[in-house]
Amino acid sequence: MMVSLRVNDQSFTIELDDRDTPLLYVLRDELKLNNPHFGCGLAQCGACMVLVDGAPRRSCVLPISAVGDSAITTLDGLGTPQKPHPVQQAFIDEQAFFCGYCLNGWVMTAAAFVKKHPRATEAQLRESFAGLKCRCGSHMSILRAVKRLTERA
Amino acid sequence: MTHPYPSSFTLSRRQALLAGGALVVAYLAAASDMDEGANGAESKPALTPPQLDSWIAVRPDGSVVGYFGKVDIGLGIQVAVAQIIADELDVGFEQVSIVMGDTAATINQGGASGSTGLELGSVPLRNAAAQARSILLGLAAQKLGNPVESLEVTNGVVSVRGAIARRISYGELIGGRYFDVRLKWNGKIGNELIVAGSAPLKDHAQYRVVGKSLRRADIADKLFGREVYSTDVRVPGMLHGRMIRPPIAGAVPVTVDRTALSHLPEVQLVWRQGLLGVVAAKEWDAVKAARNLRVEWSSPAAAFPPQEALYEAIEAAAAVAHGGAEPVGDTAAALAGARKILSAAYHWPFQSHASMGPACALADVQADHATIWTGDQKPHYIRDGVAALLELPPENVRGIWLRGPGSYGRNDGGDAALDAAYLSKAVGKPVRVQGMRADGTAWDPKGPASVHHVCAGIDASGQVVALRFQSKAFSRENIASHPDDPTQSLSGQLMAMPVKTKHAFDVPEEGYDFANRDLGWEVVPALLDRASPLRTSHLRDPLGPQLNFASESFIDELAFAIRTDPVAFRLRYLKDPRSIAVIEAVAEQAKWTPRPTRGAARAGEVLTGRGIAFARRKHTRVAVIVEVEVHRHSGRIWPRRWTVAHDCGLIVNPDNLRLVIEGNILHATSRALFEEVRFDEHRVTSVDWVTYPILDMRDAPEKIDIVLIDHKDDLPLGAGEPATRPVAAAIANAVFDATGMRLRQAPLSAGRMKAAFLRGAE
Repeated sequence: MMVSLRVNDQSFTIELDDRDTPLLYVLRDELKLNNPHFGCGLAQCGACMVLVDGAPRRSCVLPISAVGDSAITTLDGLGTPQKPHPVQQAFIDEQAFFCGYCLNGWVMTAAAFVKKHPRATEAQLRESFAGLKCRCGSHMSILRAVKRLTERA
Repeated sequence: MTHPYPSSFTLSRRQALLAGGALVVAYLAAASDMDEGANGAESKPALTPPQLDSWIAVRPDGSVVGYFGKVDIGLGIQVAVAQIIADELDVGFEQVSIVMGDTAATINQGGASGSTGLELGSVPLRNAAAQARSILLGLAAQKLGNPVESLEVTNGVVSVRGAIARRISYGELIGGRYFDVRLKWNGKIGNELIVAGSAPLKDHAQYRVVGKSLRRADIADKLFGREVYSTDVRVPGMLHGRMIRPPIAGAVPVTVDRTALSHLPEVQLVWRQGLLGVVAAKEWDAVKAARNLRVEWSSPAAAFPPQEALYEAIEAAAAVAHGGAEPVGDTAAALAGARKILSAAYHWPFQSHASMGPACALADVQADHATIWTGDQKPHYIRDGVAALLELPPENVRGIWLRGPGSYGRNDGGDAALDAAYLSKAVGKPVRVQGMRADGTAWDPKGPASVHHVCAGIDASGQVVALRFQSKAFSRENIASHPDDPTQSLSGQLMAMPVKTKHAFDVPEEGYDFANRDLGWEVVPALLDRASPLRTSHLRDPLGPQLNFASESFIDELAFAIRTDPVAFRLRYLKDPRSIAVIEAVAEQAKWTPRPTRGAARAGEVLTGRGIAFARRKHTRVAVIVEVEVHRHSGRIWPRRWTVAHDCGLIVNPDNLRLVIEGNILHATSRALFEEVRFDEHRVTSVDWVTYPILDMRDAPEKIDIVLIDHKDDLPLGAGEPATRPVAAAIANAVFDATGMRLRQAPLSAGRMKAAFLRGAE
């Protein structure tokens, strides 16, 4: 079957045998995007996070058939070194993350959450990140980075 | 004019080297020789440890490349290495880039290993940089016609002091060409490898770049999606593989029925003895094929005890090895004569690396050579392991490391590399293998479970006169921490290669100076000797958390037994000035108030308390104080505020060091509070993040206050793991302060805390 999708403001049409193919594999293997990442395939960690119509979704369990004509944003679509998204800049300023394999989860979640709640409290931020995993223990720098945005607003 | 570097000697050496392979061996074995000239060779000399060009290159534009034979697994060590090179070579930090992890471009320095990246790993680069600077000054002296003593260097430009117009840059002197100079080499490979030149090293007081908080370029690359991880490599014709592991530990496939795969195009099955994998053109097809393949497995007997009987099983097992520190005094006699005996036992579970993503490797195996792309932290040993599996000479295998999906020791990376190599050879195409979640959690090598019996004798005056510390545990390395031997891999063991295992454990390193002391260990056999999901190997700070949990919890128990403040107690029995200094520093920073006895039982839902723990890891000393909240109803323990005093010798990059310490505290808090590999008699049942929970953002502390103690006269001593070590004991000690209850079994889970409340105070 042919599948059309919109990723980072570009349209793609690809041929797929299985309409249940998770979006993650389409993005990585068909569109050759290096982000998001595979972490668990079970919606338990966030490494595969993308924005679907602006909302964070775990692409490892999202069948391509359920995506329809929604606008998908991956890390690549968030910003560039020339024009960074404020969340990207905040994480760079804090030198957040170690291995960084988890960062799609935190960055995409933060981008969506801070947009909705620009003055979120630290307690709200902690709740908003519940369920995301970081194995290297970057949590303090992640919080500091996002608080740069919420405490400045 | 002074020109201390005659170059004629080098040519004859080089000619000898080129004369033949047999000579190369003899040449490398002559470790004490070195050359002092610079030839400016046009082509790069062979990659051997003594060659200066194996470590440092100067490009025509004057930029410098450092070839680091370890890798960065996330802590940013490449920045510190570049800082050290910049200072020793007198170039700007921005001029230095670091190449690491490609076996075709770097020497085997042991990979990421034991927090030795700076302490050992930076040494050859520092020495090479100093030698390169000396050679370049010699060349500049020739060109400028001024003696070396009259020259100075700024950002890689050599000029005559007082005559700034008389100058020449490193790039002009040698850029794009090669030194072709031999250094002295100690003949070792791996962590212990040292090369050195004759040039004096700078005194640390002369450093300008070392000590600065320079930033990591890779962080921005990662944020902008420009970092290419090992999971992101794609080569033409690449296929995707997935492994199928036994559903029962020790089982092997009896029949494999692929009819369920008939609708999946072009899926290939690779099956040899216990090793089973599928290969498909599309990754999702490989995932489905691995899931749907119908396999009839053998039915081996139960390999494991029920989990609740694990520690009894360790106690009951006959030890296969024992060891320990040299005893001091006569502990048995001192205990027999003591007025009071205090004893306790502590338990630590199996823990998983559970790296952020399951390991991934891509192998392209050809008839007589192979390339392996890996995220494993020891790529040179991966090369050796793949070569051995494929029966190729190591020089015919190239290992290319790229950042992997997390690495904290011997995780699933080594197994993934050998799996990929085997599948690629079997199907004759490049094959990329990434595990599914269970491969990273249920099937990685585990940190060993252990029991620790500790006993002390106290005399009539309240002095501690003897301490016995005895661990009984699984070996630290059922499989080797280096992935260089297929017998030490899942694929090798599943294909019936002979099993070899190392029996070793360790003792606490803190160094309390009790008059009589006996620190020892016994190792028990692996529960299943082949392809066990509970096989052990190195996990971040191998054995440190469990040994320190027992020993530093017990130190607190001892302090309270003689009604002494736990800070004062430690200061009384530690003799090492730097150990004392970190404890004093942390107590001052945390405004510790003496608590020779625990306060009266407190009422209320939320109890708070403070605890201290100290750790020494080789030469690094760390002391931590933590304030915890304990929730009576739920049993939740929240380490809310940490204070850390940290002495790792010379500090190369303070801000990055602070981040590294934070990461240690968080990772170790996760292990202390949440992590325990679950299993039943047939299998590991921790297969994902639900069945192997880790720390969540809601459990992150409010604040980590870090005091760095800098020793500018020392070497950088290692920081990648030491702050992990005291975390569990500090929490347990704080929980005791808060509740009067002593938790002696890790993890200090809400369930255990709640059960302790229900049992009532001890």
